[in-house]
Amino acid sequence: MAQEKSMAVSEFLSNAELLKQGAEARVYRTKFLGKPTILKERFPKRYRHPVLDEKLTHRRTVQEVRSILRCRKAGISTPVVYFVDYTTHCIFLEEIVGSLTVRDHIASAQQPGSCADAELEQLAKRIGQILAKMHDEDVIHGDLTTSNMLLRRRPENKESDLVLIDFGLSYNSALPEDKGVDLYVLEKAFLSTHPNTESLFEKLLKSYAASSKRSAAVIKKLDEVRLRGRKRSMVG
Amino acid sequence: MTVVIGFEGSANKIGIGIIRDGEVLSNPRRTYITPPGQGFMPSDTARHHRAVILTVLKEALEQAGLKPADIDCVAYTKGPGMGAPLVTVALVARTVAQLWGKPLLGVNHCIGHIEMGRLITQANNPTVLYVSGGNTQVIAYSERRYRIFGETIDIAVGNCLDRFARVIKISNDPSPGYNIEQMAKKGSQYVELPYTVKGMDVSFSGILSYIEEVAHKMLSSGQCAAEDLCFSLQETLFSMLVEITERAMAHCGSQEVLIVGGVGCNLRLQEMMGVMCKERGAKLFATDERFCIDNGAMIAQAGWEMFRSGQVTELEDSWITQRYRTDEVEVTWRD
Repeated sequence: MAQEKSMAVSEFLSNAELLKQGAEARVYRTKFLGKPTILKERFPKRYRHPVLDEKLTHRRTVQEVRSILRCRKAGISTPVVYFVDYTTHCIFLEEIVGSLTVRDHIASAQQPGSCADAELEQLAKRIGQILAKMHDEDVIHGDLTTSNMLLRRRPENKESDLVLIDFGLSYNSALPEDKGVDLYVLEKAFLSTHPNTESLFEKLLKSYAASSKRSAAVIKKLDEVRLRGRKRSMVG
Repeated sequence: MTVVIGFEGSANKIGIGIIRDGEVLSNPRRTYITPPGQGFMPSDTARHHRAVILTVLKEALEQAGLKPADIDCVAYTKGPGMGAPLVTVALVARTVAQLWGKPLLGVNHCIGHIEMGRLITQANNPTVLYVSGGNTQVIAYSERRYRIFGETIDIAVGNCLDRFARVIKISNDPSPGYNIEQMAKKGSQYVELPYTVKGMDVSFSGILSYIEEVAHKMLSSGQCAAEDLCFSLQETLFSMLVEITERAMAHCGSQEVLIVGGVGCNLRLQEMMGVMCKERGAKLFATDERFCIDNGAMIAQAGWEMFRSGQVTELEDSWITQRYRTDEVEVTWRD
């Protein structure tokens, strides 16, 4: 049975259009049961030991699907999972048609002449709310960046929908420590990708704090982790 | 022609190098080596540097065939690093600058590594993996800063290796990392260790605690050999480093990697990074121990770039700092 499935998956792969090669998977565009689909293939990484590679690849495929389902149940927008094949480590996901990354959106809004400050603040607030909701479900994303958030334009709605993607490093945890590190990872990625956005990120954190009842402990941990990061630059 | 002399002594290496327009004229270095099982303490390290710095300075000038009058600028490491050794080296740099009547320049140690790597490998705009005993960072340049995309959230990778070496008493001569690398070549059994990647960040303290806990038990019960532990530790740590580098490359759309810092001369790390680069059609740049490990020429090279773009450090501003992040420096010499 597994053999049969894998053959079918490899057929999909050979007909699919390669979109990009991320850090751990090749991402293709294809059709699955007539629907526009993103196929994410975790191919073997030859630089790492085969035992470690198999362990990481399997764990991440499982975690990605689990966390997506958990988020969707909580009403957080993520792509629908159509199909998973654990032999070839392939996930078939809904393609978010007509979307752009938050990263590209902020970059274009930062262009001189574009006076979108209020709109960006609104977006930062929404990101904060959604992350608070995700953390209240005890989902730790593990790789929060502005490349892993999509904006889906809805013609019937003025406001576009914020979709979280790429849950490959995600896991479940209720610990404020894990949630604090999740925000720390985002903070670093956010500020290094988008220069001069400190106040914007401050708004994001404020909205996060206001949206979750359990945020106080998380923000306290975030402050702690920041200090931990400073220590590391002691010795050259 | 611009000639810059660079003084480096932020950790257990003391090095003085002279650079003339991209050419390394001399780059002598000494290392403070402690007995197995021991790290280097700041005050002892400073004492070591004090004892040899004038000899090294003489060597640097003689090998370059230069007189003090030929030098245009005196660069020294301002930080980050250990306080006492930094003070020692800065004091000598300040003194010779005044004796010779030359301008001074305080250099960020991490920037020194990056600029030296760029000079030696001719990498144009790479994603930089900076790995040493004190630092683990994934860096890319944008808008006049070297921005840190990923880094360790606790201890540095070199620190993890050094402290593991102390646990099972591996020699610190020439360096613990080098000896682990040689032993790992003889290891074959893969021992599973924790693997902690958080986006573009990594954490090594949990791996160290775990291996500190189990190493002696596993070795005395004959479950595995010391060589197997070296092998497994390297495989695990380096996989994490390659993974976050690749993630930063995917995030930034970069097709070049440059490895710098003391751990960067590990050939297994270079090999793994090479495989990753090949898989995504990217190019790897790396150097050997002469320029990866802390040295004077790297401070001279960063100093050369800064001096040419019009920077100098006034005497009253020529202090040192133990904490000095890579992204605090405004890069005035790149577009």
